[in-house]
Amino acid sequence: MSLGVEVRHRFPGLDLDVAFAAGPGVTALFGPSGAGKSSVVNAIAGLLRPDGGRIALGDSVVFDADRGVHVPAAQRRIGYVFQDGRLFPHMTVAANIGYGARFAKGGLDRAEMGRVVELLGLEALLERRPNTLSGGEKQRVALARAWLSRPRLLLMDEPLAALDEPRKDEIFPYLERLRDVAQVPIVYVSHNLAEVARLADELVVMQRGQVVLSGRAEAVLSDPKALPLVGVREAGAILPAQVAEQGADGLSRLTLSGGELLLPGVSAPEGSTIRLRVLAQDVLLSRAAPEGLSSHNVLPVEVVALHRGMGPGVAVQLRAGRDVFLARITQRAATELRIAPGMTCFAILNATAIPRGSIGGAAG
Amino acid sequence: MSLGLSEVEWAALTLSLKVSAWAVVISLPPAIAVAWVLARKRFPGKALLSALVHLPLVLPPVVTGYLLLLTFGMNGVLGRLLADWGIVLAFRWTGAALAAGIMGFPLMVRAIRLAIEAVDPKLEDAAETLGAGRAARFRTVTLPLIAPGILAGVVLGFAKAMGEFGATITFVANIPGETQTLPSAIYAFLQVPGGEDSAVRLVILAIIVALGAVLMSEWLARRLARRIGQEPPR
Repeated sequence: MSLGVEVRHRFPGLDLDVAFAAGPGVTALFGPSGAGKSSVVNAIAGLLRPDGGRIALGDSVVFDADRGVHVPAAQRRIGYVFQDGRLFPHMTVAANIGYGARFAKGGLDRAEMGRVVELLGLEALLERRPNTLSGGEKQRVALARAWLSRPRLLLMDEPLAALDEPRKDEIFPYLERLRDVAQVPIVYVSHNLAEVARLADELVVMQRGQVVLSGRAEAVLSDPKALPLVGVREAGAILPAQVAEQGADGLSRLTLSGGELLLPGVSAPEGSTIRLRVLAQDVLLSRAAPEGLSSHNVLPVEVVALHRGMGPGVAVQLRAGRDVFLARITQRAATELRIAPGMTCFAILNATAIPRGSIGGAAG
Repeated sequence: MSLGLSEVEWAALTLSLKVSAWAVVISLPPAIAVAWVLARKRFPGKALLSALVHLPLVLPPVVTGYLLLLTFGMNGVLGRLLADWGIVLAFRWTGAALAAGIMGFPLMVRAIRLAIEAVDPKLEDAAETLGAGRAARFRTVTLPLIAPGILAGVVLGFAKAMGEFGATITFVANIPGETQTLPSAIYAFLQVPGGEDSAVRLVILAIIVALGAVLMSEWLARRLARRIGQEPPR
């Protein structure tokens, strides 16, 4: 099932006009606060009736302004995980997560509930009241509640934004598990690129009510044009890597399509595929194969494109094997090294500089 | 005769309880509806509706009673209409219940409106995304969360009905056994020589009933607060 979204709505101070499609897997809506991301998911959920556009889930049209179709939220079967949890304070955790099933066809499926409770680690919380739960526990309950309403689509509006870093790390593995077992598309709203890089298959970048960039997450994140949009400090590509060997010294040998890397802090078992996030500002370029370097992580690369921005920096798009990623170097360095599309050089990735939390599969 | 009360005194007490209970029962559904509209809806004339609802609170009760008599009396517009259906309110206990209900209405609306305003509409949105239609949302989310406010409104409305005098005596007079409520009876006993003993007995009864109602509502409020996952009020 795929989701087609076309939404136009005038807010005071913001003209929302977006169109995108979301296939299976996680589609992230990324952009700064005030870009209109939450309004888009509210329109998909049916909590906001836009001025114009069309929203369809597979063959089922839930909104069509031209034909006057606006299916009430209660009948859309679209699950929604809110930033603030919104658990019902007068119900136990068990009643909260069973709530949606009351209205779903066939009622509550006990076996399914048991599976979800186990998946999200809620066994010990079932008889508790929401006001006795921690922030992370509340969000896990909210995930279970949305999931058990048997939705055709799951919306998540910054589900981690209200949590501090340790709590986020605690809940991430659950989110990833849910993503992996959910058979429905997930639309995930975030203004945090690390979260997006970790979860998203597709990426839609929004700014001031418009879609400015969209596509496969790897493609968007390795697009030099994306750099100013996502912020130079946050910009970075995601690369798939295979865990070839877990070394005794705590370093893991990872195979990429264009070479090998040695990284610490990877707990995924040998043979599994993980995602690496390579921040553009953590990549150095060298014309010659570097020698006597303290870093082991050197990949031979080909320069694909250069993107000059307003500041002193240049975004260089690099290809190593089938993977594409970015390096951010200074204008002066680009000139001195005579960096040009088509040339080959060497990229030095400072492994320890890759944030631990961004190594897919490392947490949990 | 029981509790050492004369027949007239006993009749006044039971009538007051009956009138007050009915007053609350008939005014509660419209009070919830009006409180909902005032708390959640924005429309032209909202201030006017709010003022109208509060009118019985600020008008002299005698005026409210007289207006009721004009409207629901045997010659009143609604009074004649209802009489055709066999419903007579003027000078009947049902009229006393109507008068008491109207006098307590603003108090009930206020208490319930505050409770509705305290419910986060986002919770109802969440329920909607989980498949709950309008009625189901109200029943499963809003109503349980405003239960303490409804309880407070019921207690206030009941107390107001038990004490209502001016509108009642103007609309339905002071007929022993039919419209003579506790306050009317106390007033009547004070008008006749040797009636003080009866009046004092009824005053003590009024205090006991009021105290009992307040204590019971406190106990219920604590239970409700615990049920909806909030700290009991201290």
